Amino acid sequence: MSDLLEINPNGLYCPAGNFYIDPWRQVSHAVITHAHADHARPGSERYLCASSGKHVLRTRMGNNATINTVKYGEHFSIHGVDVSLHPAGHLLGSSQVRVSHRGVTWVVTGDYKLQHDSTCERFESVPCDVFVTESTFGLPVYRWPEPATVADEINTWWRANADAGCTSVLLSYALGKAQRVASLLDPSIGPIYGHGAVMKLVEAYRASGVRLPPIDRIPPRSRKIGGGRGIVIAPPSAAATNWINRFGETSIAMVSGWMLLRGVRRRRGFPKGFILSDHVDYPDLMQAVKASGAQRVLVTHGFTDIVARLLTERGYQAEILPTRFIGEERPDRSAVDKNLEDDLQHPESE
Amino acid sequence: MQRFSDLYWKLDSTTSTNQKVAALRNYFGSVPPQDAACALSVLCGAKQVRAISTRLLREWAAEAAELPLWLVEESYAHVGDLAETLALILPEQLTNISGGSGTTADHSSLSLSHFMHETVIDLKGKPDVYKRQKVEETWRRLKPRERIVWHKLVTGGCRVGVSRTLVARALAELSGLEPTTLAERMMAATIETAEDFQSLISTEPTSVDGLRPYPFFLASPMSGEVHELGSITEWQAEWKWDGMRAQIVRRSAGISIWSRGEERMNDAFPEIVDAAESLPDGTVLDGELLAALPNNLLPFSMLSKRASRKRVGKKILAEIPAVFVAYDLLEAHGKDIRSEPLSFRRKELLAIVPTGFEKRPASAGGAVKLQVGNRNTNDRLFHSPLVSGGTWDELGCARQNARHRGVEGLMLKRTTSSYAHGRQRGDWWKWKVEPLEIDAVLHYAQAGHGRRAGLHTDYTLGVWDGNQLVTIAKAYSGLTDEELIEIDKIIRSTTIERHGPVRIVKPTLVFQLAFENVSKSTRHKSGIAVRFPRIARWRRDKSPHEAATLSDLKALLEQITGE
Repeated sequence: MSDLLEINPNGLYCPAGNFYIDPWRQVSHAVITHAHADHARPGSERYLCASSGKHVLRTRMGNNATINTVKYGEHFSIHGVDVSLHPAGHLLGSSQVRVSHRGVTWVVTGDYKLQHDSTCERFESVPCDVFVTESTFGLPVYRWPEPATVADEINTWWRANADAGCTSVLLSYALGKAQRVASLLDPSIGPIYGHGAVMKLVEAYRASGVRLPPIDRIPPRSRKIGGGRGIVIAPPSAAATNWINRFGETSIAMVSGWMLLRGVRRRRGFPKGFILSDHVDYPDLMQAVKASGAQRVLVTHGFTDIVARLLTERGYQAEILPTRFIGEERPDRSAVDKNLEDDLQHPESE
Repeated sequence: MQRFSDLYWKLDSTTSTNQKVAALRNYFGSVPPQDAACALSVLCGAKQVRAISTRLLREWAAEAAELPLWLVEESYAHVGDLAETLALILPEQLTNISGGSGTTADHSSLSLSHFMHETVIDLKGKPDVYKRQKVEETWRRLKPRERIVWHKLVTGGCRVGVSRTLVARALAELSGLEPTTLAERMMAATIETAEDFQSLISTEPTSVDGLRPYPFFLASPMSGEVHELGSITEWQAEWKWDGMRAQIVRRSAGISIWSRGEERMNDAFPEIVDAAESLPDGTVLDGELLAALPNNLLPFSMLSKRASRKRVGKKILAEIPAVFVAYDLLEAHGKDIRSEPLSFRRKELLAIVPTGFEKRPASAGGAVKLQVGNRNTNDRLFHSPLVSGGTWDELGCARQNARHRGVEGLMLKRTTSSYAHGRQRGDWWKWKVEPLEIDAVLHYAQAGHGRRAGLHTDYTLGVWDGNQLVTIAKAYSGLTDEELIEIDKIIRSTTIERHGPVRIVKPTLVFQLAFENVSKSTRHKSGIAVRFPRIARWRRDKSPHEAATLSDLKALLEQITGE
């Protein structure tokens, strides 16, 4: 029996509807869960994404790309296959793709989180028979603190730096995380600045109607910006370049789910780390699987073998859905670095 | 406990020496002396009680977290720190644990020493049921980050990233004493009680001064050319013995043998203690413990077999007798002579220990008649003879010969030098023989721990025996971070099989393996043990079939030992 979705050399494919979800190569029809580089790749003939994600996808795919949009929850048909997009809570306009045909329903989550995030639509559980889930943080050691608690920690740290006249630098992905972090900042402490790569997407978020605190471009040749009371949001790649030196004395902190581990913090040499992730943590992953009502679960992107084994023990029909990487992929150090370097590969800086 | 946990995390979160010293000073200045004593012994790496095995602790944590054990193991392999892993998986509120709901007393006021007694020391030897109840109760009392510290304490593996020097500095600032005085006192005394700590920081002379050793002076590895050291007449050369560094303290208070790790080793080396009786009162010798039969020097592996024992039986005493080879005299007739020049100290040393040590490894493996019970000074205590050489080149030739003599190379010491403390460059150099090297193939890999968690950095290397790889060494160090990341990716993509955290890989990676020496071994499948193996470089230019064979290694062994 052939499946509704299958992996071929181009990526995750729906034979009945002749379209791909987040294809690895250039194809004719690509349904895109979200605009991160490992999900949205340039060069396909047609893209389809959620309407709120259009501006963001446009900044990544370029002006010539053909992008069609559809509202969350709106059903449409591709060659007789029933398709709809539903909020994934990962970043603005991120979708789960629901595909239904001949009485069988699949849901592909893309990347997702269940936590609150004021810069994007909240994850919505969609009943299905087959649930395709990411597993980036699929180990029980990963349990996220409350975002409000993390926001307090960040603002406390920023205030202490500001009082000491030392510019704060927050490192986070340019797309999604940076805007989420900005939304958590308390603008009464001092001025907020964005690296060029971050600003481009801040504008796309604003154009899509997301409310963010005032964020300025970095003034040229300025040390101690905002008189040392300022905070800069920059992609992690910027920390490794001379760019960071222009601010004089700085206090640098990384914002990432990986910061939960002491070993990672020490290895990366970040004196400070804040635990904030746009991926689902372990308890939420288990909850999402349960809520989907699916009996069959395909695990991708992350601790695939471990999560699949655990779900099998818990009575699910669980399998690994391979990613394009040769061999298995685990979000150990290489993946941390890969994620951090994603921004390097997209030099949308000034 | 909370204060100690805070100290632990403060020390962990900074690399600044000043901040570390400040954190230590604040801690020691604000806790009661019995807590200070308790913290000090942990910070200085004193032997800790392993009240609970890590196996039990992970089983109980798995059950408390309602997770299968294998998942906890996988998590540990990813995190690289068991104490942290368990703290991360445990629910914040342990509601699912039945029995003994217990009063969640405010533990912030609970003293560290009291806490250590109740939740660590008292558990030793108790039945598992009791231990488990205590463990669960303790989990309920602690916050997640305190649990990490406690897990380390209860499994006897709490190591903190501060040196004794820093601790001594902090205590010096607190007490107004000299850091060196504190360093010496910390070395001599076992600090367990409030009184111990108070006398440690007391400005009065204390009773622990009786058996106190001196801080060891450490040599630096020779990095430049020896000719740059100037005239050879200003230097003396000795063999660099491959044993254990130790000080023998002989005073009216008794006799003590101190390791460099500042542990008393009297129990492991009773024959040396006996021999030291003959030394004059008020003598401190610095030297090397070696294992040697009457006619030949035994390899280091034999000595380490002994040193790890609390008590040594007759059999070991006979099979692996120890000797002490002294190379410096720090105290003569009760007087500290460390600031005298080496030439003076050497003359005094020879007057006290007149016999030089000349044994070499046996060239043939014939049985040697053992002599037991013959314990006079002359065949236990020796001085380290000088290696003569009129020029640096002559010494260089002597050094080439080091491996055949069973030594690691030469020590070069300036004859005018005083006995300093710690590692101060310039007066003492270790000029080791160039390492041996072969090319070996990676066949197993495992994720590292701590800083290297999640990266496959623990390598098991093999050489070819026909078309099979035979393991010859495990090696860790020697590669850059960038290389480690790249190799990690290759390991992931060439994995053939996984056994828990260990991956068997397709032989593709070749490394140049450096080591100090080879010896026969019955413990290793290959029949050969290599000493101090480490990776010299990654040989990207070599394919696996170009790597060394077991017969290459056997030939090397033959060449060195003459066997």
